[in-house]
Amino acid sequence: MKTFLILLIGILILTSGCVNEPVDSLNSIPYIDTGVDPDSWITIPAGEFMAGLHDHEIDIPYDYEIMATLVTNAQYVEYLNSALVDATIKIVADSVMGFYPGDPFQGHHHEFEIGSGDKVHLLLNEPGLRTKFDADTFRVVSGFENHPVVMVTWFGAKAYADYNGLRLPTELEWEKAARGSEDNRAYPWGNEISRNHTNYYSSHDLFHKVLNPGARTTPVGFYNGQTISGYETKDNRSPHGLFDMAGNVWQWCGDDYSDQHYRYARGGSFANYEYNLRVWARNSAGPDFYAINIGFRCARGENSEMLKGHH
Amino acid sequence: MDFIKNRFLYLFQSTKGLVLVAVALISLVTAIWGTLSGPMVEWGVRDITLKITGMQLLPQEREGRIIMLYHVIAMAIIAIEVYFMTSIVPMRKHRQAMINGTVTFGYILTLFFGLSFAYFGHNFIFHGIFLFGLSLMFFSGCHLAWALWPWQKQYHVKDNEYAHTKKGVDLERVAFFVMAVATLGSAMFGAITGSYWGNGHETFLAEDIIREPHKNALQLAIIGHLHIMLTLIAVAITLIIGRWLDFKGIFHKISMPLMIVGTIVITLGVWAVVPFEPIAHTIIYCGSVLVMLSALFLVIFGWRKLIHDNRQFVKPGFGQGLRALLHDPLKFGPLWQMVFMNFTVSGVGIFMAVKLDEIFRQWPAREERITLTGHWHILSAIIATIIILYFADISGLSGKKRKWFGWSVIIFSDLAFASVTIFSMKRLMLAQYAQQGLVDWSMIFADIGLAAVLVAMCVLLLWRLFDLFKGEGLWKRQLSNPELDVKRTALQKEDSK
Repeated sequence: MKTFLILLIGILILTSGCVNEPVDSLNSIPYIDTGVDPDSWITIPAGEFMAGLHDHEIDIPYDYEIMATLVTNAQYVEYLNSALVDATIKIVADSVMGFYPGDPFQGHHHEFEIGSGDKVHLLLNEPGLRTKFDADTFRVVSGFENHPVVMVTWFGAKAYADYNGLRLPTELEWEKAARGSEDNRAYPWGNEISRNHTNYYSSHDLFHKVLNPGARTTPVGFYNGQTISGYETKDNRSPHGLFDMAGNVWQWCGDDYSDQHYRYARGGSFANYEYNLRVWARNSAGPDFYAINIGFRCARGENSEMLKGHH
Repeated sequence: MDFIKNRFLYLFQSTKGLVLVAVALISLVTAIWGTLSGPMVEWGVRDITLKITGMQLLPQEREGRIIMLYHVIAMAIIAIEVYFMTSIVPMRKHRQAMINGTVTFGYILTLFFGLSFAYFGHNFIFHGIFLFGLSLMFFSGCHLAWALWPWQKQYHVKDNEYAHTKKGVDLERVAFFVMAVATLGSAMFGAITGSYWGNGHETFLAEDIIREPHKNALQLAIIGHLHIMLTLIAVAITLIIGRWLDFKGIFHKISMPLMIVGTIVITLGVWAVVPFEPIAHTIIYCGSVLVMLSALFLVIFGWRKLIHDNRQFVKPGFGQGLRALLHDPLKFGPLWQMVFMNFTVSGVGIFMAVKLDEIFRQWPAREERITLTGHWHILSAIIATIIILYFADISGLSGKKRKWFGWSVIIFSDLAFASVTIFSMKRLMLAQYAQQGLVDWSMIFADIGLAAVLVAMCVLLLWRLFDLFKGEGLWKRQLSNPELDVKRTALQKEDSK
């Protein structure tokens, strides 16, 4: 019995060296230019695609445009500074807040009640936020300019889109942009996934050689088939040319389902195993939820109200 | 030729041999299929497994593969429980042979052809044979229920120490019978839904639709099916462990009626989930309380018995009592695992139910999903460890080997279960950004715990394998004494007919 205890303690001591992930204390990280323009947009043509795990044929009968990359910290900070000046948003204590008109409440079991009023867009002093607020101005933590903005609630994502005359894509629009219309692929680039295809749970130790591991996110367009600082990436573009439609961070979608009001996110993230990265995988949370692995991208073009609640 | 014949007779005709075969097959499947996920992916082990075995893992088919894998392992577990039951519950020998033969054929067909269909190309002949295997399992279940019929006079209890009715009907036998019938009905619950596969029913994992506000009847039936089947497997192993420890006396008399009524109530609650979903949960909770109380009485009895049997003094003090309680890890372990389950399964489940809207529905669905899947994987694994400990006892482990094996299984499995529970509840303790360290630690401990249990099992099974090559090995002694060494509730006079 004594031998057993000694062995057990020995194993515990040995394993203590296995964990070395640093926590957030990043004031800067190296800036990596991926050569991808975060302001580029892609047109998704009208037509059918195979939606979901079971390949249901869905028609989206209009063209729409969607951002080629996730919204970056630089883009979001530019919006924050502009919106703060014209009082579209305001700062209350440590929170950036803005008005939301609320969702109709029907009293279903487990239905979220989202009333009208000011809602939190982001919390300024939360670890993981790559934005600092100094002297009435927002700025990006150095090196994170082209990383996806995270720690933004669904309200904050929608406010960004509304402010710029855009909208969040519906889940179906998002999925079509990720999967294309040619086949029923599981990932935006095909059916195989390897550790240098994208930023997900199994790939950490590879890109950590290039980036500070505490960063967790990778710059938008990082996985573009080029060798970046000695790290060979694979091209993770979808058939329509969108980057990071699997991995890096989950992406808020615009749908509000009337009897629940959860907000759905797609794409998986750096914290997830590969099955969460499949194009039909869904995540959901309340619209006031924020996390270090949830961001968003925007769409524009034909309004998709007609498809709301399709799932 | 006798060399093979004798080993074959041992492995496929004796209860102890049949259990060995099933445990070995499950261990083999666990060892190989365990390389397909988790850290094995990052370490490149999965790629090696795929290359060697030729498995095909299309991401579109993941859900279907997992469902087949769950069924394969569950069938083997059910087969082991059937072997235990046909050995420890008095019944006619020819029925025992018939039930064991059918269930063995059924689970082996299910295992080989289910895995072949799911992982090595979709040959639908394999799928058909998989279904045939499941059907054989069902048929053997019908036969088992018939054999367990409690109102046969020859199985009436005469010893007042065991729970029975005024007429002598053995209430433990009734509990086994009720569990068997409930299992058959609950299997149909899943089978009927499965028959709609491709014809209105689409493959899904229950954890993926937790936030669907309007689940259809087929989805509800599947969710009910998987919950009740695991519950009934747990009920069966509780009854089996009770007989192993010769559960009797006042606690037996209280426990058995609770188990019978609890099993009936839970089962009816689950069956009601399709037409009466809003009240089904309440019914299930009521039944669960009764079943858990029943198990609690078994634990109290068992611990008192262990202290009594292993004491060195007539009136042992606390320390001496504790020493006596912990003397035999193989017998202490199953009861402890039932207690530990309350921290990692029941407690978590009740907390989730109470705080669902307030806490868990505020989390991302993927986090709620982790908590749910962790919760029931732990329950399954706890049942597995209880079977492993009983199997080790059947294998005749003694002395230091018995202690090393028993404590390894208990400590390392509980380390894994506790780590997974902490991992799944991390949001209650830490802000998201600070969780990484906890995630890393908990995953490492979970992996170490599970790996250590697998290594212990590997050593035990290798020993049993080498034993088969000995002329006068353990297998030969077990062939001449093929049944489990338990004290039965009823006399065996009729059994040899």
